[in-house]
Amino acid sequence: MTSFTRQCIRQLALAAVFTVLAGTADAQQVVKIGLLATLEGPFAAGGQDGMRGAELAVKQRNGMVAGKKIEIIKASSDAKPDVAVNATRKLVEQDKVDIMVGPLSGSEGIAVKNYSKSQPGTTFINGSSGAQATTLTDPSPNFFRFNTEGAQWMVGLGDYALKTKGYKKMALIAEDYAFPYSQVQGFMTEYCKAGGRVTHKAWVPLGGKDYSSVIAKLPGDVDALLVVLGGSDAVNFLTQYEQAGGSKPMVGGSITVDQTVLNFKGKRRESLLGTPSAGPIADSYDAPEWKKFVADYKANFKDGFPSPSLFAYVYYINMKAALDGLEAVNGDLSGGQAKYREALKNLKLQTPTGVVTLDENRQAIGTTFVTEVAAGPDGVYYNKVVKVVPNVNQRLGMSKADFDKVGLGSRDVPNCP
Amino acid sequence: MSASEWRKAMNAGAGRTAWPRTAAAAPAPSRAARWRGRGAASADVRDETRWLRWIGGRVRARHVLVLLAVLAYPLLAPPFFTFQIGGQALALGLIALSLTFLAGYGGMVSLAQMTVAGIAGYMYAIFATSGTDISLGWPWWLAVFLALAIATVCGILIGWFSVRTEGIYTIMITLAIGVAFFYLVQQNYSVFNGFQGFQSVKTPRVLGVELRDPVPFYYLALFWALAGYFAVKYLLRAPFGVALQGIRDNPRRMAALGFNVTAHRVAAYAVAGLIAAVGGILMVWYNGLVSPGSVGTSWLINILIIAVLGGMRHPIGPFIGAIVFVLLQNFAVDLVDRERFNLLIGAIFLIIVLFSPDGLLGWWAGGAVRLRAVSARGRLGRRVETGEA
Repeated sequence: MTSFTRQCIRQLALAAVFTVLAGTADAQQVVKIGLLATLEGPFAAGGQDGMRGAELAVKQRNGMVAGKKIEIIKASSDAKPDVAVNATRKLVEQDKVDIMVGPLSGSEGIAVKNYSKSQPGTTFINGSSGAQATTLTDPSPNFFRFNTEGAQWMVGLGDYALKTKGYKKMALIAEDYAFPYSQVQGFMTEYCKAGGRVTHKAWVPLGGKDYSSVIAKLPGDVDALLVVLGGSDAVNFLTQYEQAGGSKPMVGGSITVDQTVLNFKGKRRESLLGTPSAGPIADSYDAPEWKKFVADYKANFKDGFPSPSLFAYVYYINMKAALDGLEAVNGDLSGGQAKYREALKNLKLQTPTGVVTLDENRQAIGTTFVTEVAAGPDGVYYNKVVKVVPNVNQRLGMSKADFDKVGLGSRDVPNCP
Repeated sequence: MSASEWRKAMNAGAGRTAWPRTAAAAPAPSRAARWRGRGAASADVRDETRWLRWIGGRVRARHVLVLLAVLAYPLLAPPFFTFQIGGQALALGLIALSLTFLAGYGGMVSLAQMTVAGIAGYMYAIFATSGTDISLGWPWWLAVFLALAIATVCGILIGWFSVRTEGIYTIMITLAIGVAFFYLVQQNYSVFNGFQGFQSVKTPRVLGVELRDPVPFYYLALFWALAGYFAVKYLLRAPFGVALQGIRDNPRRMAALGFNVTAHRVAAYAVAGLIAAVGGILMVWYNGLVSPGSVGTSWLINILIIAVLGGMRHPIGPFIGAIVFVLLQNFAVDLVDRERFNLLIGAIFLIIVLFSPDGLLGWWAGGAVRLRAVSARGRLGRRVETGEA
């Protein structure tokens, strides 16, 4: 036998071993749930925390639902859609999971949703991906999303900025991709309708380092800046804006005013006080359900963050929905999971931030928090809850016809100069 | 002595040195030998039988076995293995083959081969139908043709830029081009749809067959992989390929002999560009999408890893590398702690590269040489015993 054939046989044998390893579980007593998050790439830390959130939901039920054992099979992607689909395909077609939870980021979500159409036998539940298009454009009958998305997260903030803060004219600086588009749409829809104006829009590349040209072009006659930048981008912008002598107050996006920004050590640190932002969670929310969730998280994950991140929370509620739905049908996944999907559709999901229901596209209707930076008694800055907006839907309170007329958020939509 | 025997002998003589420099000289005498043989035989042998003999002289049991194995594979394997392992490995292998051709036989390590593949993928997505308004919705065959043409031209341009450099500078300039293209597609919204790229790119239906279904896609990828493999094998024995290997080994001497070094190198880039472009179209059909991530730095490097892993001494190398790569990507996560499976992938790559500078092919060659040495010694020993020697 030649070396070529020998190698081929070795490959096939290897593959066979993998198949056997992957496919040994009693289908009757075990429900297999695939769990996909980004354990590599730019969102690795977030992905890991997402996994913690999902694990927490399983732990709270001691790994059993309706007498069946829950088996979690994890996979990883690196926030790229093709990698996410490959990982999902492996979980669904190779590991034969019954339910799939994931992925983490926006374009991954769209790709997995498209893939879900080719796998009608499996129920897909979102991880934490938040692209509007996932459920608004060409929705898939077996893809469910129990978290609200980027546009919904900003509802309430436009009104707050205009009416409470009195910012009548604003300039916008945001990263140039889908998630900030959604965030800006969520903000501007409300803000423009109430009579506010956004006179200048600056779209900057993700991960940009130099904002000097952007800062130089910011108009001087605005009342405040809407800053929708994430993580290090926000800190970089803030530092350079301060160095350039900028003094306008800020309004932040959902991932702008996080711990890295709150720990900002610049001279203008005080100017952060009172910066409003909005999002699906708020660290300082004092409802007992939220406090219990945070306590559970801390008790279970000693290596976790001081407080559960957005990713942990969103993975938690999506996994919780998967398990609650399973309980509602007593673990019955027969008939192409028809009963289970019906149960998911009608689920009134109890989450740490209130009840979540689904709309006709299987997208969550949930709660948004408007927060404001405040100083705690020990001088530590935190986001104080100033407004709770319940039942935010994906069309931002508009009718289907009205919303379709506007379309999805983009660089130029919506517009009110 | 046939060409392959000659080459084997030369390689065995070279032992396990990293680069078979002597291989370039191999085809020349073998061609001469064949011509002599033909001259003697052609008088009484008809054309067809000569063809048959020619094929018979080349095809070994291993070739037939491998061909049967890859043809029968989808009948035995579940759809997941057919599509995600088999189909993906063949498509990736084809892209890596273009790098093997350039690097192994042209001495030019280009990191931009995934970029060329990505250009083909993007062009297909733009001209054909996808979930984005930018796509023009032209017929798929026209989109394929345009994508291949544009990507090949881009491959030639990249080559034309980088042939003026040598060694590490070629790597740097092609890496720069690759990264520039990545940022272009990520930030250009009017043509490349920026960060999102093109989702739900439609795969054509041909004669009622959905090309993205596992089995049709596998055979499609297999067809093009075989086509690419045999094209490269043929080219390497053609005067062009021989000259290219000569240029790899000593460009100044080849220039002195009257060969146009730059033209040969650019032509090599053109061939590699076309091969990579075909692979790129297969990848966009396989994924059903193309986004900046598909042409990011990690993929530029992955193609190099696949080529090096398999070995650059033979056009089969990249396909073997791709199989190992895809298997690791899919199943490493099952073998170790899920948070750390990349460690395993890295460790295996490291071991292969450390212990066999020629990749997996190097292991085979080394093993084969040792085996032959052992059996030869055994035969010699017997002969001595029986007094034959």
